[in-house]
Amino acid sequence: MRKLLFQSLFRQPLTEQAPRPDDAALAELAAMVGHTARRRLGRSLSIREVDAGSCNGCELEIHALSNAYYDVERFGIRFVASPRHADVLLVTGPVTKNMREALERTYRATPDPKWVVAAGDCAKDGGCFAGSYAVVGGVSAVVPVDLHIPGCPPSPMAILRGLVALLETVDTGVAAR
Amino acid sequence: MATLIDLIRAGHKVERHRPWPRAVVDAKVWRSAAGALADGGLSLLGLWGEPSCVHMAVLDNRTSAIGVLSLDCPDHQFPSVAAHHAPALRLERTIHDLFGLVPTGTPDPRPWLDHGRWQRRFPLGERLDASTDAAPYRFLPAEGGGLHQIAVGPVHAGIIEPGHFRFTASGETVVRLEQRLGYTHKGVEGLMAGSTVEQAVRLAGRISGDSTVAYALAFAQAVEAAQRIAVPPRALLLRALMAELERLANHLGDIGAICNDASFALMQAHCAVLRESVLRAADAAFGHRLMRDLVVPGGLARDIAGDGSSAIRAALDQIRRHFPALIELYDNTASLQDRTVTTGVVTPALARQFAAGGYVGRASGRNHDARRMPGYLPYDGLRFEVPVLSDGDVNARVWIRIREVEQSLGLADQILAGLEAGPVRVSLQAATESCEGIALVEGFRGDILAWLRLSGDRIERCHLRDPSWFQWPLLEAAIEANIVADFPLCNKSFNCSYSGQDL
Repeated sequence: MRKLLFQSLFRQPLTEQAPRPDDAALAELAAMVGHTARRRLGRSLSIREVDAGSCNGCELEIHALSNAYYDVERFGIRFVASPRHADVLLVTGPVTKNMREALERTYRATPDPKWVVAAGDCAKDGGCFAGSYAVVGGVSAVVPVDLHIPGCPPSPMAILRGLVALLETVDTGVAAR
Repeated sequence: MATLIDLIRAGHKVERHRPWPRAVVDAKVWRSAAGALADGGLSLLGLWGEPSCVHMAVLDNRTSAIGVLSLDCPDHQFPSVAAHHAPALRLERTIHDLFGLVPTGTPDPRPWLDHGRWQRRFPLGERLDASTDAAPYRFLPAEGGGLHQIAVGPVHAGIIEPGHFRFTASGETVVRLEQRLGYTHKGVEGLMAGSTVEQAVRLAGRISGDSTVAYALAFAQAVEAAQRIAVPPRALLLRALMAELERLANHLGDIGAICNDASFALMQAHCAVLRESVLRAADAAFGHRLMRDLVVPGGLARDIAGDGSSAIRAALDQIRRHFPALIELYDNTASLQDRTVTTGVVTPALARQFAAGGYVGRASGRNHDARRMPGYLPYDGLRFEVPVLSDGDVNARVWIRIREVEQSLGLADQILAGLEAGPVRVSLQAATESCEGIALVEGFRGDILAWLRLSGDRIERCHLRDPSWFQWPLLEAAIEANIVADFPLCNKSFNCSYSGQDL
């Protein structure tokens, strides 16, 4: 373990070690998120993720935001365990009828001001599950949505980009709910 | 003891069901099949319904033969299999929820996927109005002095899927865990009925997002079996390449996540980097990080990109360079071993009874891998080992995954070396008569069963059975007498799919 830790100390961080067009855009985006989030919300933005019926593909990419390449925590964006600690609900999936009440209750448990981000194509309108007897539809059919991030699933980059867009909306004075 | 061949012979064999036989049997044969499941001669591969019949896919443990037994239920009931063989229970409760067929003699008549919120009952059977007063779900009792209950979910603390866990604990020790699933039920089988093959394969790839390649592959193989289509060799190899990359990405991510649930974040940080390298290589080679919508009946939607092979080779090299140090770290960290060794034990007898697939079964002595048995192309021409351990604890499940990472690296190498130019897709037939196909494919989590009936270019009925059906119940057994704080660790070592089970 000591060897691994030492190597990590002396090695360049992963994002800078292999600069590619993608990575450059990522660094720029990440800096933007950091700046805007700080102005509006102090030093942090707390996100509560809610799977309202997704296939778990979106969850995999949301998880990836925390790896060394994207490392969202650098900018004060963190995932929290309870909606009571959250500024943002990041909701995935078509909302199933069996999850509707849980989503509503999670929304009500989140203190104001709060924002809802719907991530993934299913979260927009139910995607390929729309019309099923077991599906309500998109997230906006159940709780008010401030922003939708498209993709099946959206890449970690797309999710970061979406958070920037949200923060810009917040900054231009659109009232939070 | 009844063998599968005897059971099939005792019924009427169905024409145009491929590649394994299906027979319509009577209630007596159905019951003797349930008996053979109970005494261990047969293993249950799947149990699913139609509006007025039920099907059971079984594996004969002695001859390794696979077959489907079907029972017509004109009076909307069938003899319960779960009355003899517990692994059938949740599948039977699902058949009742979706089709309204009653398993007579069932030990547990409670609903499973139906939470009383669909505004209707039996959505795939004869439709009846929902009773307006949905009865509250009764959890199984646990009695004794000083017991308390902990209710968790459906919204969990982490970034994971929704489900409810009801713990009964005595102090810190778990006396009983009962799972309540079905929250992500999307009605996939209902959506598939009547859809085109193109629509249905997209749905199949979205049943469990982490296994999108394996699901699309299982679905495609079932269509190809039904229509007797031979897929071009290059497509077969590239499909296997995607399947191994998916296995690698999931195992690497989960090995790290299991250690993280034992509060050892260093492993998580390093494994997540390796997982990301696989996803980036997949994106470069196939244009999608999770390789979604690429496997289609008849072959592949697109060929590998020109520089795809070198991107994948670079990722494989990176894993080869860094993974051995992580294995050593896992093996030599006493505080981590203290959490994983002897925690969450699944006995070999239970793994055998539930025919648990994947690392859950193989960590508990069940030597089964669908790539070997029944086997499918191109794995017959590739060298790989199937690691098996018998301890059945969290540690054994981690080790199976470590060994499978090594095997998948070797397989990906062999596939890249054997790629030859050629077409990657053949067109489907415009079949006039209806035909049926079945396939068993090894996803990272275990064997996925796909069964379907085609009518022209439409899906008449399709059933996809996730490996989690036979793993979730074992988690209830594994956590018993462990402490509540070890549940996340045990749960992650199983990493069952909620969406795959809920459908």
